[in-house]
Amino acid sequence: MAAGRVTQVDDSPIAELRGTTKRFGSVVAARNLNLAIRPGEFLSFLGPSGCGKTTALRMLAGFETPSEGAVFLDGRQMNDVPAHRRPVNMVFQHYALFPHLTVAENISYGLRQRRPKPSKAQIDAAVERALETMRLPGFGPRRIWEMSGGQQQRVALARAIVNEPKVLLLDEPMAALDKKLRHDMQIELQTLQRQLGITFVLVTHDQEEALSMSDRICIMRDGEIAQVGSPRDLYDRPTSRYVADFVGKSNFFDGRIERLDGSTAKLVGPGGTIFVGHANEGLGSDQPATASLRPEQISLTRDAGGLPVTVVNRIFLGEHTEYLVRNPDLGPFLVLASRQAEAGTHNFEPGETGYASWREGAALILSKD
Amino acid sequence: MTPRLRTGLLLAPAALWLLAMLVLPLVVVLVFSFGERAAAGGYSAAFTLENFANLGTRWAAFKNTLMLAPVGTFLCLLIAYPLAYYLAVKADRKWRTLLLILVIVPFWTSILIRSYAWIYLLGGQGIPRLFDSLGLGNPRLINTPFAVLTGIVYGYLPLMVFPIFVSLERLDKRLLEASADLGSPPWRSFLQVTLPLSMPGVATGCMLVFILLMGEFLIPAMLGGGKVFFVGNALVDLFLQSRNWPFGAAVAVALVVIMLVTVTGYMRATRKWSGGRDDVSLM
Repeated sequence: MAAGRVTQVDDSPIAELRGTTKRFGSVVAARNLNLAIRPGEFLSFLGPSGCGKTTALRMLAGFETPSEGAVFLDGRQMNDVPAHRRPVNMVFQHYALFPHLTVAENISYGLRQRRPKPSKAQIDAAVERALETMRLPGFGPRRIWEMSGGQQQRVALARAIVNEPKVLLLDEPMAALDKKLRHDMQIELQTLQRQLGITFVLVTHDQEEALSMSDRICIMRDGEIAQVGSPRDLYDRPTSRYVADFVGKSNFFDGRIERLDGSTAKLVGPGGTIFVGHANEGLGSDQPATASLRPEQISLTRDAGGLPVTVVNRIFLGEHTEYLVRNPDLGPFLVLASRQAEAGTHNFEPGETGYASWREGAALILSKD
Repeated sequence: MTPRLRTGLLLAPAALWLLAMLVLPLVVVLVFSFGERAAAGGYSAAFTLENFANLGTRWAAFKNTLMLAPVGTFLCLLIAYPLAYYLAVKADRKWRTLLLILVIVPFWTSILIRSYAWIYLLGGQGIPRLFDSLGLGNPRLINTPFAVLTGIVYGYLPLMVFPIFVSLERLDKRLLEASADLGSPPWRSFLQVTLPLSMPGVATGCMLVFILLMGEFLIPAMLGGGKVFFVGNALVDLFLQSRNWPFGAAVAVALVVIMLVTVTGYMRATRKWSGGRDDVSLM
């Protein structure tokens, strides 16, 4: 999906965190962050609140100074460069639009700070273009409080992109929008990013948002980077239980690695259940580990074969049906059945028994924790 | 009970109060202003415009009030804004409450006593003597416009500080980050964001101080020593000393009219400035 876009992989990074740590008093908000952001990519910081993702973004913007390490923008060390001299712009969580200015005055604010000052004609033309791009033609003379939430967000975007920043920083820009609007805006943001070719760095706690929009995602945990990769990488090859759990849903079964064959491990789980799959680096034979198995990799049938389970609960999700099933040895786990896979049969009812099975090699063997 | 009736009943006490304490006295003053002074002082019914024709004899009081009230308001603003800015933006949160209390503390003592303190400070035994001992001459301070202005600024400062403090305190700090993010250095962010967004507080403070100053009589009486007197002093004089109630009433009516004109003009101006925003409260 993103392959066509990331064409400048070899270029030097447009933004970079190098051994960056931020402490607030005794609290470490971000610890030893190392991340190179490529020109033109859409990168998301993803993690729960308090994981340090906003701190990372604010260090790029210049609102926080690193306690250790460095921030680079376009090859220049930026630690001591104040926010107003950095070639980045930000879309704030609650937009932070100036209430005393009109929509057009908000959008032209950045241009009016430039020295030498651009001419009025240049500013007006740029504002007009930005309004056009954000599909807000004619809204220039309006007051901010006359605009809806969605419109305010477009104004915030227009106010940032009109400056043609090297990197556009977005701090949970969709958090204040309702679900439908959020979805539309996600598509629009992605389109906008392709159209402008500006590097986007997004902070979000919404995994769906990160997965659907990003070229790469940087998953954060307790102030540290847990894993960086494409959405597909993170989904298919999480390097920790934390990432596997955060990106999509997964079932986890603790056990012991019985055999390690190259990168393929065989794990013996509860009740002797065998899980075979790709093993993470650093795992060894005869070591406790966890098998991760995505719900959609498990199939549920009435034909004997596989693991006997009892259906506990069923949630209809439209295209898919999610079952919570229970096996005496493994305990409860999730199974996701597509409508297609269930074609011709009728749905399982809670209380019914069936058999769960999965393709050999479907599991991922991760270190415990 | 219909909602209309309930609203009416709830409003009745306030309406009666206003009627009895504001509207009625104003009507009385207006009626008096067209009357004549009774032989023994007070009011005697008549209809004459003579009182208004004589307003010119009190020109000095009007001139002082109309000069010193705006100047005093402006000086208050000049001192209060940096103070409020410091309290709301720069001061350590730990100390803020204490500092705010320090701003109010003078209010715990009567203005009369505080003015006496100033009489001493500005009088022969106070600052002038200090200047003299330092060889800086012996300036006359008491009973000058300077003394009155000092008293005014001292007495009214908190009334200016608080509204400005509140508007600065409420200012969304993210707007300043947004301004910096868009390339504005701190001082320009102050001029383009902080200052305009604190204007409601400035407007409220100026109104409070200005309106109260227009009726001030204590500070000019004590620190102006009868040389720098306000309309308020003229009123005290006319009602309590010479007992010329009708002329006093005419002076009072003239003052009310001047206030109405200036305040209306001021509100018009601020409304125009704020671009018709409905979230800008003036009072």
